[in-house]
Amino acid sequence: MTINEKQDELIEDFELFSDWMDKYENIIEMGKDLPLIDEKYKVPENLIKGCQSNVWLQPEFRDGSVWFTADSDAIITKGLISMMVGVLSGHTPEEIVAADLYFIPAIGLQNHLSPNRSNGLLAMLKQIKLYALAYQSAAKQGHK
Amino acid sequence: MARLDTDRIRKDFPILSTTIYGKPLVYLDNAATTQKPVQVLDMLEQYYREYNSNVHRGVHLLSQQATAAYEQARKKVAAFIGAAESDEVIFTKGTTDGINLVASSYGRKYLQPGDSVLISAMEHHSNIVPWQMICEERGAVLKVIPMDKNGVLKLDELPGLLDEKVKIVSLTYVSNSLGTVNPVHEVISQAHAKNIPVLLDAAQAVQHFPIDVQELDVDFLVFSGHKLYGPTGIGVLYGKSVWLNDLPPYQGGGDMIKTVTFAKTVYNVLPYKFEAGTPDISGAVGLGKAIDYITELGLDTIREQEDMLVQYALTEMAAIPGIRFIGQAEKRSSVVSFLINDIHPYDLGELLDKQGIAIRTGHHCTEPVMDYFGIPGTCRASFAFYNTTEEIDLLVAGIKRAAAILQG
Repeated sequence: MTINEKQDELIEDFELFSDWMDKYENIIEMGKDLPLIDEKYKVPENLIKGCQSNVWLQPEFRDGSVWFTADSDAIITKGLISMMVGVLSGHTPEEIVAADLYFIPAIGLQNHLSPNRSNGLLAMLKQIKLYALAYQSAAKQGHK
Repeated sequence: MARLDTDRIRKDFPILSTTIYGKPLVYLDNAATTQKPVQVLDMLEQYYREYNSNVHRGVHLLSQQATAAYEQARKKVAAFIGAAESDEVIFTKGTTDGINLVASSYGRKYLQPGDSVLISAMEHHSNIVPWQMICEERGAVLKVIPMDKNGVLKLDELPGLLDEKVKIVSLTYVSNSLGTVNPVHEVISQAHAKNIPVLLDAAQAVQHFPIDVQELDVDFLVFSGHKLYGPTGIGVLYGKSVWLNDLPPYQGGGDMIKTVTFAKTVYNVLPYKFEAGTPDISGAVGLGKAIDYITELGLDTIREQEDMLVQYALTEMAAIPGIRFIGQAEKRSSVVSFLINDIHPYDLGELLDKQGIAIRTGHHCTEPVMDYFGIPGTCRASFAFYNTTEEIDLLVAGIKRAAAILQG
């Protein structure tokens, strides 16, 4: 599936829920699908410190695609990063750099990406794009 | 003592009857900022519509009216805190600004290498960082009065800490994250016995109970307008005139000078010496109106109402499975910090928000307090006189619902 096909599927899933509490139950449920970062990678370099909840993120470049593992100490944040990682993992650096994550506002979660949010999510998205950019330029220079 | 007619009072605060996510707003984040009564909102509009003008130097009528209103607000503040003279009231941007002013002006004059500044273990970052900055600049050290697991200062350690190196004590009157009301009279009297001045951070105090700076005999006292039902961007530094006359200015600029030549500037008298630049005139006028409002209700009545609310909250919340209160001082303000089992405060805050309930989560700008308790943060509900027991019932139900979802 393309990044956008995955996003459209998520949007469709969430159309089932009109109540915020049900939406959040679904988000928390999605957190259970997050490929968890290996404990040994939970080091300061991989920590994206929000004001309140923390996110650990570890990238891996394999066969031309980028794969992410992650974790958070807050379970709603974990659900949100699970959706992001699910949408972006397994795609090429070019696709990730170019990706427009429209599913977030479509689900009504745009406030989680506004700069005043303290969950580290915006910083995580920036970090994901930076990793992809780094892999992209490394590939261009002929490095593995 | 008159009981508060909460139904009537709530009508003074337009925001309290709004809805969020289609649910009636339950606003329990009053320690962060309070809502504004319509009297204050009208005052702000009236100021800008009818006599907005710059203060102090204008000969024209509007400037005279604006100056009169601004200075009238200063008199109201002085009366509100029992200052001997209104010249001892300096308008600032807020509590943080006031502490920075004292730390900078006092520190530059009195702190020498090897000296120390004494604060407490429960200070807000705004009463830690300005002192750290000036200590670093002056080669001085920051010392801390410790607290116990209930969030109460270990006062028995104070005499040992107040040695001849301590040049100033800067202490919060009421903890913003624990709700503890500190024994400030005792701290002031012990410090004064050794000729050490004391600054009180009253940001979480002035809105809850009457304060008389002369009775406290405090040297400096700071607070914010926006936590006192006034506008944001205005605050107050009270200082004994003997201190304020003695200290060098904080910032240079217009209004704080008597004469300026390229060779030498002669500073203005109090309070203008510490008010460089055009001040927040509308903010001061709005704060004056907020003080009128509070004074009319009566701080004793407010205290009684808030005591009732916090006792009700503590009793009702205690029945929530897995709850743990952070900060259990006997003398406390209307702040309740808590955790539910191992639920992350951020998760709980998020799910309360979606139920229309505004609380605060996180470290509340008191990271050292969170480190002491070994927790990432807390959930904090803070009450004002306009809150109701029905709202506390909604909070309790909201927490239970959120906890059920978060604990699967």
